[in-house]
Amino acid sequence: MNNMSRIAVCDGNEAAAWGVKLSRPDVVAVYPITPQSSLVEYLSKFIADGELDAELMNVEGEHSVLSALQGACLAGARTYTATSGPGLAFMFEPYVRTPGLRLPMVASLVNRDMLSPQCVWGGQQDVMTVRDTGWIHMFCESAQEVLDTVIMAYRIAEHPEVMLPVNVNHDGNYLSYGVSRVEIPSQSVVDAFLGDKNVNWHAALDPDRPMAVDPLTGGADAEGAARFAAYRQSLCRGMQNALAVITDVHAEWECASGRAFAPLVEEYRLEDAEIALVTIGSMSGAAKDAVDAAREAGIAAGVIRIKTFRPFPVEALARAAGKVRALGVVDRAVSYGWNCGPVCQEVLGALYRTGRAIPVLSFIGGLAGADLTGEHFARAIEATRQALATPPEARTPAPVWLNAREEGMPR
Amino acid sequence: MYEIRIHGRGGQGAVLASAILAQAFVDEGKFAVAIPSFGFERRGAPVSACLRMDVREIRALTNIYCPDCVICVDPTLPRMVDIFAGIKPGGTLVQASGKSVAAIDHPADLATLGLCDAMGIALASFGRPITNSIMLGAFARTTGLVSLAALIGALEAAEFRDAGLEQNRRALARGYAETEVLALAPKFVSPKFVS
Repeated sequence: MNNMSRIAVCDGNEAAAWGVKLSRPDVVAVYPITPQSSLVEYLSKFIADGELDAELMNVEGEHSVLSALQGACLAGARTYTATSGPGLAFMFEPYVRTPGLRLPMVASLVNRDMLSPQCVWGGQQDVMTVRDTGWIHMFCESAQEVLDTVIMAYRIAEHPEVMLPVNVNHDGNYLSYGVSRVEIPSQSVVDAFLGDKNVNWHAALDPDRPMAVDPLTGGADAEGAARFAAYRQSLCRGMQNALAVITDVHAEWECASGRAFAPLVEEYRLEDAEIALVTIGSMSGAAKDAVDAAREAGIAAGVIRIKTFRPFPVEALARAAGKVRALGVVDRAVSYGWNCGPVCQEVLGALYRTGRAIPVLSFIGGLAGADLTGEHFARAIEATRQALATPPEARTPAPVWLNAREEGMPR
Repeated sequence: MYEIRIHGRGGQGAVLASAILAQAFVDEGKFAVAIPSFGFERRGAPVSACLRMDVREIRALTNIYCPDCVICVDPTLPRMVDIFAGIKPGGTLVQASGKSVAAIDHPADLATLGLCDAMGIALASFGRPITNSIMLGAFARTTGLVSLAALIGALEAAEFRDAGLEQNRRALARGYAETEVLALAPKFVSPKFVS
């Protein structure tokens, strides 16, 4: 079989579809929703053209999508789906069941802002709303990383020490529709990397060996309570195990493909950095460009990009944050309860482990398709630098809204 | 880095044109990123697409606010959209228009103008006002940043809803052949992309 990769020019949705095709899923269930639709159209085409030997289930909604895949996964199939924003909301009930069932699915979340007001564009409010449901969450910066991460996700999800579903997140619009140069690995390289398919060693549906799946568990008696707690503990262990598995899988993928991606947290120009921006997803490229410009102007800034968000890479983040004196965290979502960005709140939690209460600013931007440009990141760098010189009692806990109407602008 | 913004109307293929041009740049060994604008897409409504080209990897996935070059694939669009917003001094305009140079509004510091009667060619070629492939030919002729051969190669990788490959190939070649290139405002030197 051909060992050569080839160069394509495609958008993030097509890149994801290539990653899925190369991973040889058995069952793909879909329901279209903006900005995910073209991704499942590409997959439908692969299957219709006979290039991907998978069962395509075109079902009546996202709740059915994931319910159908649960059955397929329990029967031993490698599965895939993709959704966005409101589709994820409609998928919620089977979505929260999937990690507890320990089903190693892979699903793309083409991130979209949530209603209301009505909007159809990119934002990360959808994924942040489900951040503690037990799914693993990884975020991609480029179309290449989308393709590669989908493939890696199967190794991570199906690892016996993990056995959890993985969401590969890529931002709607800028990454889902942004076209760039992508290297498509050969099928033989991906086959060798993924190894023998062994999706369902723990709970095979087999008429000759009937077993109960997901029995009623818990209750007030001590035995039930302990059993329920054991399931929860086991899921937490799987999550924590994933940190090492994700790291190993990225290292192996680098050997197989020649492409290196930071598995948990990427450190960009942190050497001698005074401050760093914390970024997540497709905003990171523009942030790195802004840091390069700041460095040329003599400002010691860097970027800490979060690749793996669930499990949260507490140690990796604390290690990176330990190299700087202030952080500016840029979110494409809102934590209403904390009046800041959700990633910012997570970073504060990790910082507690370091014992260093350095200034942390929350920046919120890129909501509902808004552009986060180099100029926005330059402003964030400057504000974070200024926070260094501000005494703790004078620091404001309020977030900076990067795309908000400036004061004095007409309403 | 060379930044291009393509303006058109929904249905004319401005977004597809940006992807084809990105493919052609990559085929010639460059890096390219194309980002479509997104709104309430429908036929006839103004749309735009952003395209960056460089000899090194491009990281920013953002829109373009200060283009080196504006390609306008519709002759009537400049009446309702400020296609020149942010264009750099010494920039390039590639405009679909059957009018004479004197009738084309443009910033005083525009250095290069490529004019092509793309609508006339489109109606003759397709019987429909779809100008995207024609204007890619006009861009190649005006700037010399991409070869006609690379564009035709990229066309072959694209999917067309409204016309066949052979029709588009001929239309692209006509766009290249029938574009008038004018050097304006000589004190502003066009920022030639240096590879």
